Amino acid sequence: MAPTRKAISARGLGRRFKDEWALRGFDLEVEPGTVHGLLGPNGAGKSTAVRVLTTLLRHHEGTAEVAGYDVATQGSEVRYRIGLVGQNAAVDEILSGRQNLRLFGCLYHLGGRAAARRADELLERFGLSDSGDRPVGTYSGGMRRRLDLAAGMILAPPVMFLDEPTVGLDPRGREEVWSAVRDLVDDGTTVLLTTQYLEEADRLARTISVIDTGRVIAEGTPTELKTRIGGDRIDVVLTDGTALDRAAALVAEATGHPVDVDLEGRRLSAEVDDRVAALTRSVRVLDEEAVGVADVLLRRPTLDEVFLHLTDSGEHSPNTTTEVAR
Amino acid sequence: MSVTRTHPSTSETPVPVRPRGPLSRARWAVTDGWTVAGRDLVHWTRQPWEIGFGLLFPVLMVLMFVYLLGGSMSVPDGGDYTEYLMPGMFAMAMVFGLGETVTAVTMDAARGVTDRFRSLPMASSAVVVGRCLADMLRSTLALTVLVGFGMLVGWRWHGTFTEALAGFGLLLLLRFALVWIGVYVGLLARGQGAVSVIQTLEFPIGFLSNTFVATATMPLWLGTIADWNPMSSTVAAVRGLFGNPVAGGDTWITQNAPLMAVVWPLLLVAVFAPLCVHKYRNLSG
Repeated sequence: MAPTRKAISARGLGRRFKDEWALRGFDLEVEPGTVHGLLGPNGAGKSTAVRVLTTLLRHHEGTAEVAGYDVATQGSEVRYRIGLVGQNAAVDEILSGRQNLRLFGCLYHLGGRAAARRADELLERFGLSDSGDRPVGTYSGGMRRRLDLAAGMILAPPVMFLDEPTVGLDPRGREEVWSAVRDLVDDGTTVLLTTQYLEEADRLARTISVIDTGRVIAEGTPTELKTRIGGDRIDVVLTDGTALDRAAALVAEATGHPVDVDLEGRRLSAEVDDRVAALTRSVRVLDEEAVGVADVLLRRPTLDEVFLHLTDSGEHSPNTTTEVAR
Repeated sequence: MSVTRTHPSTSETPVPVRPRGPLSRARWAVTDGWTVAGRDLVHWTRQPWEIGFGLLFPVLMVLMFVYLLGGSMSVPDGGDYTEYLMPGMFAMAMVFGLGETVTAVTMDAARGVTDRFRSLPMASSAVVVGRCLADMLRSTLALTVLVGFGMLVGWRWHGTFTEALAGFGLLLLLRFALVWIGVYVGLLARGQGAVSVIQTLEFPIGFLSNTFVATATMPLWLGTIADWNPMSSTVAAVRGLFGNPVAGGDTWITQNAPLMAVVWPLLLVAVFAPLCVHKYRNLSG
């Protein structure tokens, strides 16, 4: 047996539901000890990919190995080496945090005493010692998710899958989870993180795969992707919708980039290369031409724009990706 | 918190015991099943009202049928209605367990607990076996409570102790079959809707049988359907074993109630247990 060097490796993975392919020609390579982000909108196939890689779902095409074992034929070996946390993995609401961790510890075949000791350790480590004996139903969202992480950490698995671990959490809960994830990586765990939030992938991941309609459409470090996607953007909201066209021309000239026009929101949006200078120029010309401005802001590109850019660019059209996959 | 978090080093992390060979695998399957069932036992102690209500409901049904409706009920071959009713109510308590099974299975699926279990290296049968153990325990408790209450309202068994044990055995066998139907429906539906459907169906299933009235009093076609309701075979067989009025009929199915009280549940298990295992292994969505 010669385990591969990669922590996760998938080639041409495909899974269909009835006639719909949720995942097709999906390729992924994750280096051990790193965080890899799987970034994509709802329905892009992120969860399907995670469910196949964690042996919860069988795939119809391709091959996948996790921690050196084939997910289709060596499922049990894989399950000893992974932890799963997120929207589809959960804890028992009626049991206390401690009882949950002991239960899962027993199901990992640690034996009662070791399971109890491990539960105490993990509660301590995830800052849940004080609330360890309360029913999980009384926990905050962030605490629940941390308990979820702890449950996934019982065997200190080499590979952790976090499926949208911060969905539905308030900013504080999100920070708690992010800090727990960083701790995991410090201990040498490989993490595959799915998210819809660019910011989350940016903060945590060393490498990112952008996934859409079941396949990877772009890959790279956050910086590489951002450069490809383009820089920051300026948004201008007008007080008067009839001035949109005239204002769009002015902003296009001030930024040197094409302008997206949102009629309903009376909003113009354009890429900027030199942030504050572009903002100053835009505001000045709009002011000189007496166009009423309700709001101006500089911001990072949104995920929508990332996708628009990636699908428009043509350099990573679905066809090309499929060819590479085969 | 002023405490600095110290990480336990990876060398301290516990090592799981791995099953080696079929014997150890079988042992783990049983242990894992117990572990999963143990979760339900903790639920009971933490939410006693929930199980309490489940135990109370059949008791209310008995009160209703014995005192509200019992006065106008007559048993065809003569005999006391309470004596006739109670074995039917015991079986009814088993049928009510079906809703409890479906509820538990759909809740675990909806909250992701099922997926968590499936991502663990535990015996793949353990979730279903654990469900089965917990539900059987709960129904045994329900049956015990109802037997005690039946005796309070005047029901007695007249046969030998062995016959009584056989009667309770048949009731629990019916429950055992219903566990597998419940697990399958719960895995299939994965929604709260299934629970409502099943809980609504429990009553027609119960009424379309010999539970409350003799099937001979029904129109022939309806009576025939009621006679072939697996529940009817159990109820008739249990009445016979307890020495309560049977009021059966002279058709093959009513004459062979004791046989069918064993065959029906085994048949249901033979159909639904493999379906459950298959469904559990291939859960999707």
